[in-house]
Amino acid sequence: MLRDEDRIFKNLYGRDDWGLKGARRRGIWDNTKALLELGREKLVEEVKASGLRGRGGAGFPTGVKWSFMPPEERRDGRPHYLVVNADESEPGTCKDREILRYDPHTLVEGCLVGGFAMGANAAYIYVRGEFFSEASNLQVAIDEAYEAGLIGKNACGSGWDFDVYLHRGAGAYICGEETALLESLEGKKGQPRLKPPFPAACGLYGCPTTVNNVETVAVVPTILRRGSSWFAGFGRENNTGTKIFSISGHVNNPCNVEEEMSIPLKELIEKHAGGVRGGWDNLLAVIPGGSSTPCLSKNICDTILMDFDSLREHNTGLGTAAVIVMDKSTDVVEAIARLSHFYRHESCGQCTPCREGMGWVYRVMTRMVTGDAEIEEIDMLWDVTKQIEGHTICALADGGVWPVQGLIRHFRPELERRIHERKGMTPAQAAE
Amino acid sequence: MSDSFAFKDVFEARAQTIIARYPEGRQQSAVIPLLDLAQRQAGGWLPADVIEYVAEYLGMPRIRVLEVASFYSMFNLEPVGENFVQLCRTTPCWLRGSDDLRAAAKDVTGCGLGETSADGKFTVVEVECLGACCNAPMVQINDDYYEDLTAESFKEVLESLKRGEKPETGSRTGRSGSEPEGGPTSLTAEGA
Repeated sequence: MLRDEDRIFKNLYGRDDWGLKGARRRGIWDNTKALLELGREKLVEEVKASGLRGRGGAGFPTGVKWSFMPPEERRDGRPHYLVVNADESEPGTCKDREILRYDPHTLVEGCLVGGFAMGANAAYIYVRGEFFSEASNLQVAIDEAYEAGLIGKNACGSGWDFDVYLHRGAGAYICGEETALLESLEGKKGQPRLKPPFPAACGLYGCPTTVNNVETVAVVPTILRRGSSWFAGFGRENNTGTKIFSISGHVNNPCNVEEEMSIPLKELIEKHAGGVRGGWDNLLAVIPGGSSTPCLSKNICDTILMDFDSLREHNTGLGTAAVIVMDKSTDVVEAIARLSHFYRHESCGQCTPCREGMGWVYRVMTRMVTGDAEIEEIDMLWDVTKQIEGHTICALADGGVWPVQGLIRHFRPELERRIHERKGMTPAQAAE
Repeated sequence: MSDSFAFKDVFEARAQTIIARYPEGRQQSAVIPLLDLAQRQAGGWLPADVIEYVAEYLGMPRIRVLEVASFYSMFNLEPVGENFVQLCRTTPCWLRGSDDLRAAAKDVTGCGLGETSADGKFTVVEVECLGACCNAPMVQINDDYYEDLTAESFKEVLESLKRGEKPETGSRTGRSGSEPEGGPTSLTAEGA
């Protein structure tokens, strides 16, 4: 188990003062100037060496992403921007919320350090609109940081000017997609842009921009203080570091917890969430990384490790590391149908396969719940999800069909049973 | 300018602070925060003249503002009750009993989904994931989250609002944030 001294978010549960005084006591803003003195290149190298991969779902190596920003010698006069994605909306995920409300200075400091590393003089933090009190805390932290000279003109005495702005959204899951977020930040509907050009070339207001998740940005100062090898010492190769896991659903004690990457799923649930309701053997399925990641059946959950590569090997993903646990009392078809409802509701409507497909999938899924379907329709549902996948501008539709694919992969007999039962067939008749 | 609506003192000051966050010529970036401000001043929803006012305020075509107002779920294009009750229906809340909360809301407010009570005190709707899944089931009422609810504790919240009181927000079981019930399993070391 990760030791407390190696946890980055020391106020994850809000038991301590989240303001500047408390933050300083916990080591945040401790000689930040020295971090900036490393210089842009060295900062990016350190982040690369730590192995940090984006914590917002896609898991792209953070240092590599930062290196896409134009270096000093190739600057063309356009401002650079860091945009922080705090539009946390992936069902099951509620980790960034805890950073925003209980440890906001980790994020503000991360903005300065990360922003400097990419040559940006400003950061916009896009917080989902529903997080009202979280945004209020963050704004207080930003104001405190300005007041103390930590950001603003000559931030931390570094000679670098850096502004941090809070921007509140207004309820749209799609704005968690980085280019939709940029559209929204520019005052438009949140509809994703075609890539290329990528944001590093042409992002916010047509300027070089990097969009990073809250947790990704917030861990950077600690990584730099303690050294990339410290961070890289946790988890397996290519899956390094510590990570906040959100454990929800049918566990005895749902919670957020910061743990070492690559921790076995079973250990995570039993050590921190009080175990599965009714005991481990009462487990039916787990959605391992937020709603978009396909579910896993119990036999896989027995041994699987919580990291990018391990989950990838089982046709799912670490995503946001939001573990949704379902015990044997769960109507697993309904659980997934509800996710289909979610994606239908959240489709921005721009691409036909998604706009029409999410509705179609949801309507078929509602029939699968009651068994009001034909056996062949299971394969048809599978085929259609495969035709939707990869045929849209952004990944919302992919995330919308993966849970259904996971259901068919692991629970086909349950779908068949419902169809047979509704037709009044006995199991023996069905087997013929 | 529309003559029926204008930002009042504190709202006007807020609007100016918000606009100043964006570069010269990029005031359109403020449209979402300004619609939010306007909705607060207008009593929880956005009548057509308010949308028009925001459009003129930012120098945007009205259709661009209407398109934003109708795209984002937090903007109400119809009047809502004094307490806008949003029940989370997505899987993590559903697994922990969100259906019971819908029934409890009906019991106390008389409102089915999408309905407003006759006294105008409550509007009840179902919404998608509100991002507090480790404190499920949960409900948002106006700006506040009420978490770790049961049908009983949710009824208490609603009854209290009905009496015009301000119930305590956050977890109803008294735990701090999203720490495990019964006390944290991490961050327990001295000085951690």
